[in-house]
Amino acid sequence: MLEIKDLHVSVDGNEILKGINLSVGTGEVHAIMGPNGSGKSTLSYILSGKDGYDVTAGSVTYEGKDLLEMETDERACEGIFLAFQYPVEIPGVNNTYFLKAAVNAKRKYQGLEELDAMGFMKLMKEKMPIVEMKQDLLTRSVNVGFSGGEKKRNEIFQMAVLEPKLALLDETDSGLDIDALRIVANGVNSLRNEERSMVVVTHYQRLLDYIEPDFVHVLSDGKIIKSGDKSLALELEDKGYSWLDKSA
Amino acid sequence: MSQANQELHELAKKEYEHGFVTDIESDTLPPGLDEDTVRAISARKKEPQWMLDWRLEAFAKWQEMTPPKWPYLDLPEIDFQSISYYSAPKKPEDGPKSLDEVDPKLIETYNKLGIPLEEQKLLAGVTEATDVAVDAVFDSVSVKTTYSERLAEDGIIFCSLSEAIHDHPDLIKQYMASVVPVTDNFFAALNCAVFTDGSFVYIPKGVRCPMELSTYFRINAQNTGQFERTLIIAEEGSYVSYLEGCTAPQRDENQLHAAVVELVAMKDAEIKYSTVQNWYPGDETGKGGIYNFVTKRAECRGDNSKVSWTQVETGSAITWKYPSCVLKGDNSTGEFYSVALSSLSQQADTGTKMIHLGKNTSSTIVAKGVSAMKGQNAYRGLVHIGKSADGARNYTQCDSLLLGDTCGAHTFPYMEVKNPTAQVEHEATTSKIGDDQLFYCQQRGISEEDAVSMIVNGFCKEVFKELPMEFAVEAQKLLSVSLEGAVG
Amino acid sequence: MSEVIEHYVSEHASLKDVLPGNDLSWLNESRDAALQQLSTQGFPTLRAEDWKYTSIRPIEKRQFKLAQEVGHSVDATSINGYLYKDLDCHLMVFVDGRFSAPLSNLGDLARGITIKDLSTALREDSDVLKTHLCSAADMTRNGFAAMNAAFMSDGAFIELDKNCVVDLPIHLMFLSTGQHEELTSQSRILILAGDNSQAKIIESYHAQQDSVYFNNITTEVKLGRNANLEHYKVQEESKKAFHVATLQVDQQRDSTFTSHSVSLGAQLARNDINSWMGDEGATCNLYGLYVADGRQHTDFHTRIDHAKPHCSSNEYYKGILDGHSRAVFNGQVHVHPDAQKSDAQQANNNLLLSKDAEIDTKPQLEIYADDVTAAHGATVGQLDENMMFYLRSRGIDYNSAHALLVYGFAHSVIEKMSLAPLRKHLESALVSRIPNAGQFSDMVED
Repeated sequence: MLEIKDLHVSVDGNEILKGINLSVGTGEVHAIMGPNGSGKSTLSYILSGKDGYDVTAGSVTYEGKDLLEMETDERACEGIFLAFQYPVEIPGVNNTYFLKAAVNAKRKYQGLEELDAMGFMKLMKEKMPIVEMKQDLLTRSVNVGFSGGEKKRNEIFQMAVLEPKLALLDETDSGLDIDALRIVANGVNSLRNEERSMVVVTHYQRLLDYIEPDFVHVLSDGKIIKSGDKSLALELEDKGYSWLDKSA
Repeated sequence: MSQANQELHELAKKEYEHGFVTDIESDTLPPGLDEDTVRAISARKKEPQWMLDWRLEAFAKWQEMTPPKWPYLDLPEIDFQSISYYSAPKKPEDGPKSLDEVDPKLIETYNKLGIPLEEQKLLAGVTEATDVAVDAVFDSVSVKTTYSERLAEDGIIFCSLSEAIHDHPDLIKQYMASVVPVTDNFFAALNCAVFTDGSFVYIPKGVRCPMELSTYFRINAQNTGQFERTLIIAEEGSYVSYLEGCTAPQRDENQLHAAVVELVAMKDAEIKYSTVQNWYPGDETGKGGIYNFVTKRAECRGDNSKVSWTQVETGSAITWKYPSCVLKGDNSTGEFYSVALSSLSQQADTGTKMIHLGKNTSSTIVAKGVSAMKGQNAYRGLVHIGKSADGARNYTQCDSLLLGDTCGAHTFPYMEVKNPTAQVEHEATTSKIGDDQLFYCQQRGISEEDAVSMIVNGFCKEVFKELPMEFAVEAQKLLSVSLEGAVG
Repeated sequence: MSEVIEHYVSEHASLKDVLPGNDLSWLNESRDAALQQLSTQGFPTLRAEDWKYTSIRPIEKRQFKLAQEVGHSVDATSINGYLYKDLDCHLMVFVDGRFSAPLSNLGDLARGITIKDLSTALREDSDVLKTHLCSAADMTRNGFAAMNAAFMSDGAFIELDKNCVVDLPIHLMFLSTGQHEELTSQSRILILAGDNSQAKIIESYHAQQDSVYFNNITTEVKLGRNANLEHYKVQEESKKAFHVATLQVDQQRDSTFTSHSVSLGAQLARNDINSWMGDEGATCNLYGLYVADGRQHTDFHTRIDHAKPHCSSNEYYKGILDGHSRAVFNGQVHVHPDAQKSDAQQANNNLLLSKDAEIDTKPQLEIYADDVTAAHGATVGQLDENMMFYLRSRGIDYNSAHALLVYGFAHSVIEKMSLAPLRKHLESALVSRIPNAGQFSDMVED
């Protein structure tokens, strides 16, 4: 599904990613761990197409297409979803309206008929229980005045509604208390299936107690320095990142 | 330049949707302005002597006045002698009585403007079609006033000002210039001397006007100044909602428009006045475009009266207007809701004056300015709480949204408070559409163009919700069109 | 030329040979140019946008004379009453606008700091003054600025070398004696703060008697990179006096300027406070409080220029107006085209306590850059009814509750001051000024 080869990325002339190789198969869940500043968020941004990141070498292939050639919204319509570390507030834009616009943009892209208000409400009602989404959050402006937990829940709710093929979860657990973490993680787990791949970027192992990854990669200073299965995460939690730096 | 800006500039080159010239022969006065011009206008309109005298007096006063020089407003020199002050379609007397009789070119014009078929039918007098009465002012003369008869059943007078001068001289004498004095300002005085036509509305005591009254103004003939005058009188306990919408064909020469609108609300009366203005804004370099100098003022004369101004201003090279309320009656209410978009090289200088004189008067101001490209947007407002205005309340909110890095937003909110029981609150913010917001929307699959339009509409929605339904839709469409031309 | 301007022109001619620095040709040229400016421009009228609400007719009606000599009847003990209790400081005293060496006490000055009166500075540091004097303050701004530039008869020069941190505040005390009729003083203060320097400077204005006089002051401040200056101004002039002052600040990269300006006295007080943030990372905080009653007129005009990116400004002004008083606040923030990432916040809140008081306020934003966070707010009103109710439900009577809330309203400005002795003085001043607040005098912190 996703093939990253020798990816080098710079921001303002500073190389952040220094040769990433990663292959994500259909239905797989990959966790990417690493200390702050290792390039984790850069990886999610480059995959979703944020401005300001320069690819200096390497390639990213998504379902056989050159991902780096696609516009941000094109990627989204092709099924890539980024759950933001810091969801953006958009004053004046109703959350429901926003999501309807997103759903219909994607349906239009896929050549499907756009959903009308009734059809969309039905879809919302269906998805709301996944993250115990509160009704009033839907009628408010996008993320405005939401608590940290509500914002993250809103991200996963959007993911549920947009049904991506590849979900990138960027530090979805950071800033969440344990109850909120459980709700969000349960939401994510309920969205796991054989067709949907996920890349879970996190600093903390605790998220992986809830979302069990098939693979764990450790990112440090712009490179994946170790890969393994779930046990690698536990080992990391035990020994800290410095353990790997030394052994690497 | 960010990607957003780039796209913005590319899209800006899209042509003005309403730019076209209708080829109808016009009965036009040669350019120039002197006493004879004033006499000629009055003569063409077959006005009574008192009206001519009034005009001449105004003209004499205007000659002693000078155009305003305000900080941060760049007014070009206007050669008042190069403008023609009267232009009427060929058939002013016997206006069309059915759709077939209407000049097809005119119908075509309205089609291009997107005036709904229903309203076009009204031009032909198909009265049962809709609840909207249109007094279409094509250039300067009222082509056709519709629905008058049905309105007349309730005692409502809705006609062109010219007709009113002939048919209701007492009302005109009593009310005209009673809200905006002849010498109020340079452009108002000019209007008094040379006004060509406009609308007159009279709602008798206790009558709730059964439909929205609306007028479309258009500027058409080359080099023709447009000098509308509107007078609305709402007697005790009455209600009226009035809609005004404008578009104009594209042309190179700047066109002058100096209108005066006067509203009078008596005890317990309410007037709602909504405007969508989309005249030709000129091009990217500032060439062409309408100069729009409007004096709009309402007097809440009676207790518990209410006037609400709502405006969406997207057109004109220069917009200079401050719909105001003089709150004389106790417990009277004034409202001002405004969206002003300035793009290309437009200047929008707009705002309101709320003059609180009566007790427990209240006013609300919500002004939203959107600036893009080289547009300059200024909010200029005054809240005045007089000594006698015990318990007066004002809330002002004025927000600016900036798109691109060559535009500007300015606020000049004057607050004068002479009464200790007043509560006056003013809040203002300035923000931009952030790259992070656009990225977030795009990541959800929404194109940049749609994202900008969505955010801007969200920014303006407090104002849109004040518009009558059909106008709100049009306003949103207009904003999107203007943004296509200016943003992306 | 009006009669009053003619008076000042002839006054200038007669004083020319005794004004400080009269042997410096550059200064004489500058004074002449300023006088020329004054005679062509005159004093501002209500037609000028910046003076729309403030009539200076009462100043124009009088022909003030410049004090020629130091009033010797003022002795050290009479100064004590104007010192701030428990405030160790470097003290400069000016009597009727003239520097008094005997009354001043500069104490031990740290290395790297220069404090001098204007005459001395013009003798000893004329090169520095030539470069900097009149360079920040624009003498064409209005007739008063021009008048000060033409006459500047005394004042202070404070220079901080690079990295100089002054521990003790510098207190410039201006005392009007009222011993002569209708005097004017035209003081000039120049503050040069080098890179990374840090200081706190107080200007205070007092009167011995309730007399008529006219203080016209210009303070110029230049902050080097990363310099940090706290400027305090406490204006407690006589209720018959006229006080016109300009504070002009020029800020370099990463510098921080904080102004606390409290206006309590004078019949007519006008303060212009302007800061130019000419390089990135600068911060400008302007805090102010004005309290007026009787027929007092107080006017604050501020202008902050964000000329470069990443600068931030905070403005917070409060006013309490009683009697027939009138206040004007005009807060202009100008964000220039280059100044992306500017952050400009402003608030102006006013309490009207009497039916005859009046406030005219205009928060004015002019934004020419697009990536800006700017907000301003202004309110005019009364005390919060819920708060009143809450206090009264606890058994506090109406007048006391009212006084307490007014005090609290004003205190939120004072509490931003870092100098505790000054804070305390102002708390006492407020308590004595606010009706029915005397009973709370024990609330003032010790």
